Amino acid sequence: MLNYSRETILNTVLTLLLLGIPFAALAIDEPFYVTLATRVTIFALAGVGLNFALGLGGLISFGHAAFFGLGGYAVGILASHALNYEPLMSSPFEIEGTTQMVILWGVAMIVSGLAALIIGLFSLRTSGVYFIMITLAFAQMIYYFAISWPAYGGEDGLPIYVRNGFPGVNTLVPINFFMISFGVLMLAILLVAVLRNSRFGAALQAARQNEDRLSAVGIKPFYIRLAAFVISAMITGLAGALFADLNRFVSPSMLSWHTSGEIMVFVILGGVGRLFGPVAGAALFILFEFIFGGLTEHWMFFLGLVLLAVVLFARGGLIGTIAGKVRYD
Amino acid sequence: MTVALFAEQLLNGVQFGLMLFLMAAGLTLVFGVMGLINLAHGSLYMVGAFACAAVANFTGSFWLGLGASLAAAAAAGAIVEIVVIRRLYNRDHLDQVLATFALILIFSEGTRWVFGSFPLYLNVPELLSGPVSLPLGVEYPLYRLAIIVIGFAVAIGLYLLIAKTRLGIRIRAGESDRAMIAALGIDIRFLYTVVFALGAGLAGLAGALVGAIQSVQVGMGEPVLILAFVVIVIGGIGSIKGALFGSLLVGLVDTMGRFLLPWTFKLFMDPSQATSIGSALASMLIYILMALVLVAKPKGLFSANA
Repeated sequence: MLNYSRETILNTVLTLLLLGIPFAALAIDEPFYVTLATRVTIFALAGVGLNFALGLGGLISFGHAAFFGLGGYAVGILASHALNYEPLMSSPFEIEGTTQMVILWGVAMIVSGLAALIIGLFSLRTSGVYFIMITLAFAQMIYYFAISWPAYGGEDGLPIYVRNGFPGVNTLVPINFFMISFGVLMLAILLVAVLRNSRFGAALQAARQNEDRLSAVGIKPFYIRLAAFVISAMITGLAGALFADLNRFVSPSMLSWHTSGEIMVFVILGGVGRLFGPVAGAALFILFEFIFGGLTEHWMFFLGLVLLAVVLFARGGLIGTIAGKVRYD
Repeated sequence: MTVALFAEQLLNGVQFGLMLFLMAAGLTLVFGVMGLINLAHGSLYMVGAFACAAVANFTGSFWLGLGASLAAAAAAGAIVEIVVIRRLYNRDHLDQVLATFALILIFSEGTRWVFGSFPLYLNVPELLSGPVSLPLGVEYPLYRLAIIVIGFAVAIGLYLLIAKTRLGIRIRAGESDRAMIAALGIDIRFLYTVVFALGAGLAGLAGALVGAIQSVQVGMGEPVLILAFVVIVIGGIGSIKGALFGSLLVGLVDTMGRFLLPWTFKLFMDPSQATSIGSALASMLIYILMALVLVAKPKGLFSANA
């Protein structure tokens, strides 16, 4: 019970810290930290998505930037149509753009979910190192498409002139937007927690641990994995939608493979398969970027060294190091 | 469209494919023998290009630079293998991906630190500058033709090395049974370092050769690395033959797609739209090819351990 409660305490502390810091920042009149905390929240959400496929399902996707970017572009494209008062398509029926966050989130999740369905149908036919390379390659395909397709900014990206709206909330106030993102993150973690303990979650973890036994009891691992991959992509796509609204800008760099690597880093730094791992990982990453980025423009060099040390010597990430091994209870 | 233009694009495709082969050969060898996925292979390509540009600018000789690129990339590869990669052979792929991703950050930012953010320029050597006349009225740059020759020479050399030499026998033995060749008294750790350095040297050579026709800059290795992944997914991981076939296929499909698709669309579309749709589609073509190969053969066309 000790380990279990230690992880629970750590998760609670993390959540309270994440929630508390922006308000403390407002109290001491440093609004910049609110934006920083919002970035942590959104990156953590992207990590929660990947962690579902990677941690529970053992699917090492190196292409989650595709879903992050597609979510972002869904928001950017619809918002730009709404702001320019031109419909997205006029025949056979008219689709207007929108600036309502809730609708945009839905569209972002559907778009990234559909992309994951197609990518998953191909890439889940393989496993291991093939899967890593193929997810990377598909993400790269979408990246190059975004760069060479001029309609929505191409290489220059697409600005969102006004942050999209949420019913009853002024989203332009940073702390309000933080609270929206935080709420979404908590809901996503709750969803993952519920799924993890469901029959589906059990099958997914079984698919990671022993595929043959899962098949022997009459469950096809392929469909379980495909469903997990789609859910995972939808969560990451939602994070991309929020990220677009945070920056009021979407660019192909959201789709680049560096972004895939970073999302994976959030998951690993925090601890693979841990419910709150991505929160810890994203917080560590942003903290590192903030501290070392202020000291030297070559902070990525030191990030590389730290990451290397974590992989070689501190397996299990932050939560694994503090709370001990995963317990299968 | 003339025959000469078509032939020139075809040669460009072969040249591009052979440079991809130099990258893919190292990747597939390292995966086949050590079971390691190495994202930092693109960094070794970059190290080769920078070493060549630095030495060529300093001494004025491209050929010294080319030698330096091989030596620097192989040395960097050997050091990285001994310090980091060696600890990763028994880890799962996730750890390998992350550690080598960390290496990319270190290499890229380290290079930027030393050389700055501006691209370096590397001139084509005097001896190989200018065009050469080929049959069918094709005027083709001599340097690109030389790259094609070097690429084929390396491919043949690699085949002879693996098929005919003692080192090659050991490499093949390492691919089929690691524990057994260690039991036969072969220093497996040294063998791994040699294989890794060999792959690194080839990547560095490719970087230097391509550096003279493109610019030498930080991050230049990453697009090539991802294409090399596509190549070995198509060819089958661990197979040198597959890497050669896959490289030429990807090189030709990509180059010809960028050339022919906009041209084809222009036949029935308005020209500016045809160019944008054609080039957007062309940039996706090799990934579509990869998906098609996967449907037919999930383990690649020439899978070594199928």
